[in-house]
Amino acid sequence: MSPRKGKSAVRTAYVNARLLDPASRLDDMGGVLIDGETIADFGPHLAKERGRGLPKDSRVVDCQSKCLAPGLVDMRMEIGDLGAAVRAAVSGGVTSMVCLPNTHPVIDDMSVVEFVARRARKQGLAKVYPYGAITKGLKGQELAELGLLAEAGAVAFTDGTSAVADAQVMRRALSYASTFGLMIVQHPEEPSLAANGAMNAGETATRLALVGIPTEAEVIMIERDLRLAALTGGRLHIAHLSTDAGIEAMRQAKKRGLNVSCDTAPPYFALNENAVGDYRTFAKLSPPLRAEDDRKAVVEGLRDGTIDAIASDHTPRDEESKRLPFAQAAPGGIGLNTLLAVSLELYHNGHLGLLDVLRLVTSAPAGLLGLRAGRLEKGAPADLVLFDPDAAWKVDADRLIGKAKNSPFDGRPVQGRVLMTVVDGRPVYRPQA
Amino acid sequence: MTQGGMDNVHFPHRHLLGIEGLSPEEISILLDRSESYVEQNRRADKTTRILHGRTVINLFFEESTRTRTSFELAAKRLGGDLINMAVATSSVKKGETLIDTAMTLNAMHPDVLVVRHPDSGAVQLLSEKVNCAVINGGDGSHEHPTQALLDALTIRRRLGRLSGLLVAICGDILHSRVARSNIHLLNTMGARVRLIAPKTLIPFEVERMGVEVFHDMAAGIKDCDIVMMLRLQQERMAGNFLPSIREYFHFFGLDYEKLANAKPDALIMHPGPMNRGVEIDTEVADDVGRSVIREQVEMGVAVRMAVLELLTDNLDRGRTAVPKATAPANNKPKKKKVRR
Repeated sequence: MSPRKGKSAVRTAYVNARLLDPASRLDDMGGVLIDGETIADFGPHLAKERGRGLPKDSRVVDCQSKCLAPGLVDMRMEIGDLGAAVRAAVSGGVTSMVCLPNTHPVIDDMSVVEFVARRARKQGLAKVYPYGAITKGLKGQELAELGLLAEAGAVAFTDGTSAVADAQVMRRALSYASTFGLMIVQHPEEPSLAANGAMNAGETATRLALVGIPTEAEVIMIERDLRLAALTGGRLHIAHLSTDAGIEAMRQAKKRGLNVSCDTAPPYFALNENAVGDYRTFAKLSPPLRAEDDRKAVVEGLRDGTIDAIASDHTPRDEESKRLPFAQAAPGGIGLNTLLAVSLELYHNGHLGLLDVLRLVTSAPAGLLGLRAGRLEKGAPADLVLFDPDAAWKVDADRLIGKAKNSPFDGRPVQGRVLMTVVDGRPVYRPQA
Repeated sequence: MTQGGMDNVHFPHRHLLGIEGLSPEEISILLDRSESYVEQNRRADKTTRILHGRTVINLFFEESTRTRTSFELAAKRLGGDLINMAVATSSVKKGETLIDTAMTLNAMHPDVLVVRHPDSGAVQLLSEKVNCAVINGGDGSHEHPTQALLDALTIRRRLGRLSGLLVAICGDILHSRVARSNIHLLNTMGARVRLIAPKTLIPFEVERMGVEVFHDMAAGIKDCDIVMMLRLQQERMAGNFLPSIREYFHFFGLDYEKLANAKPDALIMHPGPMNRGVEIDTEVADDVGRSVIREQVEMGVAVRMAVLELLTDNLDRGRTAVPKATAPANNKPKKKKVRR
């Protein structure tokens, strides 16, 4: 699967496409000319097969008026099985993704950063960038070597699915990271309020007799960290917002001019706690699915720009860890395969324009993490996704590409189908007929 | 920086509790007087009778080798009597106990107390309870005036001036009394001070002390005349100020590569004791052309002789002639904010 390099590389033109580039607000019929691994040219002048901008020797791919956009950038996923993850990614149009440091071993050492990056490159599919751990062993006690990890390639820092609970540790982490201009990403959940919690606290939890996690667990942690960010001048990013109160706290902080950012994940704007239904463990997530009012608040946060990006929150779990009593089941759901389709619901439901939705999964997360990805740019790696935003299909967890099947969207009718994914100029995914 | 007329020079403070609040003239008096002792210390016969009949007590509530020894030599070379009182830190509590100790010693009529204490402000508290002169040998992270004076003397002898120099102080500024005293002294004497450290080791709002803060060693050192390294205490790792020695040395340890950004003839200083391979590369530390670390130790004795002489002079002038006040700085109410 090694990419073709050098002069022998064939130039390929993707023509007759609806070209979408959220970063430059481009939405027009056009084409992209790829030379080897990079974008040589793009724009409306390449719309036609016999257009003037096309070199004669280029191979031509007719996109049949479907949407051609930068490949998706997923700013948070758990890697699990690397081979399965990168295959799942490209099937969902994701060409770059940032993995959490809760790998085995934990990404708290330079050698692990290099190891993850090297193994991912070998696959030649979606590109994997690692987060570094904030604390050694993700234990929340001693700072990891943030400076050296960043030099080795860690793009930002987080303790993954565990919050940095100790305020002094978080303060020092923000302060120390800002020495090098590094971003700290927090899982916003006060652990003592979430202890033993299985789902959102509320009527459903009461009826199901499950221990609830109050929304306050999120907003308390966010408000604490916003103050620590203001104190230290550190760069704070809050991961997967799920509550009205949490989003409001971020909205106010941004109004005050604090340099903070946040994201959410598709389950939090597409589902609510009712998805738990009859103890469905695929709907057990962290943070938990919230009430309908919270879901609406997430949509509003995306709409008004309070929420900066959408991440897949891809968390592969095997059957053994999900086929358990709800309280014992592992939290998390896969999300790479459905990231585009579920995000497009925001467009189909009229909440956001098509470019706005795409921006949240391309140039916005790439910008937050400083990745050269998520936008059409001459000379940049040719990472693209061709998709039909209107094609309807039904999520069938058993048929999703990858290994884990724990999709919270199993059975959901969605609109938006990936027709082709291109990484470094090579088509790496086409759906089976 | 007037030389000569020494006998008429007098330092208008009863104690030396800190550099903060001293005027450029007062600092110059101390440095000029120190200068004369440098020569004396290089002679075979180093002893005079200036402190004859005087009793100096070294009262150290914290471990020290070089400062204690330096004061001891200084007192003895001036012909004074010196007693070392090493007070085990564990047996001494704050507040009343410190004051009780002061009262007890005061009853023995010493002329000078040299005090080191792990708590900021403790030396000043003690000075308020005794009749003798008190020299601050280092209080917590607050001040270490004789260290700043010996640093200034070293610089002045090498470069001929303090004014206009660009000085980088690198390392654990947050916990450093050496840094605080040096910031006061260098600013007072017209030098420009830069602090270089990871953000966790920079005190809150330190810019208000008239310094520029850098978090990048190469940028901070650029064009500096002096690179002053501070000792990194290993226990800082536990408090999450830093992740590891390895990372600290990589980004903030002084090696030739980083030093290349300073002026070609920039001097390297360190108050000691050094952690080789932690804050300073061993070759840099031993570079005879650049490193003045051993010279600093030599200047230390001279400075302490000058301070002992000038403060005991004041005792002779009688209590009425000398303002009862301590150094002005120490009378001012201070914002005690050590954050970050």
